[in-house]
Amino acid sequence: MNPLALLLVLSSVLFALGLLAVLTRRNAILVLVGVELMLNAANINFIAFWRYGPPDPQLNGPIFVLFSIAIAAAEAAVGLAIILMACRHLRSTDMNRLDSLHG
Amino acid sequence: MVEALTSGHHGVLWLVPLLPFAAAGLLALLPDKRGRLASLVVIGALAGSLVVAACALIGVLHPADGGGVMRSASSFVWFAIGDEPLRIGLLLDPLGAGMGAMVAFVALLILLYSRGYMADDRRFGRFFTFLSLFCGAMLLAVYSNSLLLLFVAWELVGLASYLLIGFYFKKPAAAAAAQKAFITTRIGDMAFFIGMIWLNSRAGTLLFYDGGNGLLESGALASLAGATTFGGITLSAAASLLILIGAMGKSGQVPLHTWLPDAMEGPTPVSALIHAATMVAAGVFLVARTHPIFAVGGEAGIALAATAWIGAITALYASLVAVAQHDIKRILAYSTVSQLGFMMVALGTGGVAAAMLHLVAHALFKALLFLSAGSVIHGCGGEQDIRRMGGLRKAMPLTFATYAVGMMALSGFPFVFSGFWSKEAVFHSAKSWPGGNGPFLLVVLAACLTAFYMTRQALLVFFGTPRDPRIHAHESPLPMTLPLVVLATATMLLSLVGTPAWPWFERWLDGTRAAFDPAALTKPGTTGLIVLSLVIVTAGVTAAWRVYGITAPRDASAPDPLASKTGRLWRVFEHAMSFNALYRKAVIGPLAFIAGGIDALERMVFHRSMANGERILKDVGRSAGRIDESAINPGFDRLCGGIEHQASSTSKSQSGRPQAGLRAIGLATAACIALYLWLSSR
Repeated sequence: MNPLALLLVLSSVLFALGLLAVLTRRNAILVLVGVELMLNAANINFIAFWRYGPPDPQLNGPIFVLFSIAIAAAEAAVGLAIILMACRHLRSTDMNRLDSLHG
Repeated sequence: MVEALTSGHHGVLWLVPLLPFAAAGLLALLPDKRGRLASLVVIGALAGSLVVAACALIGVLHPADGGGVMRSASSFVWFAIGDEPLRIGLLLDPLGAGMGAMVAFVALLILLYSRGYMADDRRFGRFFTFLSLFCGAMLLAVYSNSLLLLFVAWELVGLASYLLIGFYFKKPAAAAAAQKAFITTRIGDMAFFIGMIWLNSRAGTLLFYDGGNGLLESGALASLAGATTFGGITLSAAASLLILIGAMGKSGQVPLHTWLPDAMEGPTPVSALIHAATMVAAGVFLVARTHPIFAVGGEAGIALAATAWIGAITALYASLVAVAQHDIKRILAYSTVSQLGFMMVALGTGGVAAAMLHLVAHALFKALLFLSAGSVIHGCGGEQDIRRMGGLRKAMPLTFATYAVGMMALSGFPFVFSGFWSKEAVFHSAKSWPGGNGPFLLVVLAACLTAFYMTRQALLVFFGTPRDPRIHAHESPLPMTLPLVVLATATMLLSLVGTPAWPWFERWLDGTRAAFDPAALTKPGTTGLIVLSLVIVTAGVTAAWRVYGITAPRDASAPDPLASKTGRLWRVFEHAMSFNALYRKAVIGPLAFIAGGIDALERMVFHRSMANGERILKDVGRSAGRIDESAINPGFDRLCGGIEHQASSTSKSQSGRPQAGLRAIGLATAACIALYLWLSSR
């Protein structure tokens, strides 16, 4: 197995774990953690394809990842703010209680 | 300008009525707040009218070159019905020019006075707008060369008088008086209108003078006098009688006089204007203008005889009623009715010049009396009852002086007051009438009563001691007293042109020159009448002095000294011989009865059928409602219920939990990817 394939397996596992956390955890903060995992799985793919793909002197892969991390930070701030408001409103972080759109 | 006016091109003469009309039209657009400006605009417009009217008067001062009356007529086609044109135009002759100059002069003074009198009124500007319309309408009537144009102006005068009598329209009495004036004069106007149409259909024209083809010229008069109509009277007499009814309505002749005393509800300057220059004079002027139609049936023909007798009865009736009134303005109102009767007597007995002299003299001194009365009312804080006044001579010396001039002119004090000579001219005309002595005797009696009631009023208002301690009289301000002085001077100056020694005014209307001839005073007939006038005035004044001067009532609640002596007769005259009650019984009563009957019919027939229709419609509606409730509603309800049930069960699948949604998205994405892989692998 070449290194690229190993890295892709790693990122797939990380993505699957993140998705699992997002879909199953009750705690809103852990759901946010899951989102971060999925984001970083994608970042690993960027670096892996840059490292083992065709030569790229312009460092497109790492720069893309740097942007992605910056955006993830911003997104985490927005996500935490939403969770904070929901927590204040519900006095809990249980995702299942955010069901005011139910039929 | 004088030549332009007399040449027959009347462009400038149109300015006389049009200036006040334009001012009224302009002011109707201004907000009421600009009252001061409005009064200046109106006074300016009327001053312009007065200048043109004075020039017109100068233009016709001398007889025409070939002898006869200086007269210039113009006309143009107003509109045509089929082939028949209706022509209107202006006429300038001594009759109209003298009247027009008088109207503009008196109206201007009244406007100046109103600036002081109405200064506190919030609707000051509106008041001047109406006054301007009033003056413009009257000036148009005076100069019109067509019975049609005169009628239009006549109706405008009626409208403006309605607006002004009802100026305090929030006061129910004023609103009622305005309606009464409008409706009563409308009865006369209807007769005038019918007479006008009749004249038009027979004579083919309504122009007064039209180069030989006019209504007042020999051709048309001969054809009108030749045609007979119902009852064998000539067409000219029938049309004259209809015109006379119109004039009776406007000039307050019995039995259409009841509106005139009630018109006192308007502001006092309006009373002065109505009684002096613009409204009631219009009726006398109409008869004077159309006098050739009246006269074509002979000096004692039915038309002139009716005019003379109605005038004489009115003169006596109104002077009797005036004796028993105690509202200062109401006495003057009845005296106006009475003096208009004098003018009608003069017209009926052939003295057009005497009537016009008395009209102009009366306009001046009656405006003076009303404005003085307004000054008295103003000075007494709105009090109008002469029983509460008394002793005002000292508090209001200027008003007393001007009032005295007006009162002496109206009573016919000798020699320096115009009323003496104009009344003498009326006597002269009535005495020489071939139709009998009746009107003459009645007006002589009325003249005696005039002196009596005017002396009574003067004694009660200005002499004696103040009878009401609550009234603190004061003299009115200069803007109000100045017009009084001017009018008093004019009243005395007018006596110069109407004496038998130099009858300039009468000769002028006839188109001849008057020579100064003092010997005319000593002619048997003239001297006798002058002596008679003197005796009448002396008798009236002395009688009033004996009743009211010597035994003056001490306080306001004391009964009139004459009332206790005459008893029931006094009350008859105090209530103006109950004309109002008579009309209420004879006219309003039956009308109300008919209206009540129609109302009952309406209730019984129409109301009942409407109620039945209503019931049928209600039944139809109720059964329709029942069908709706039993058949249509349940089906619809069931349909809605089904939809609602379905919808609610569908919405149950929405838990609202975020992760459920995410799960669905995740599964759908996985499915899409699987489908893509499957499709791309084939």
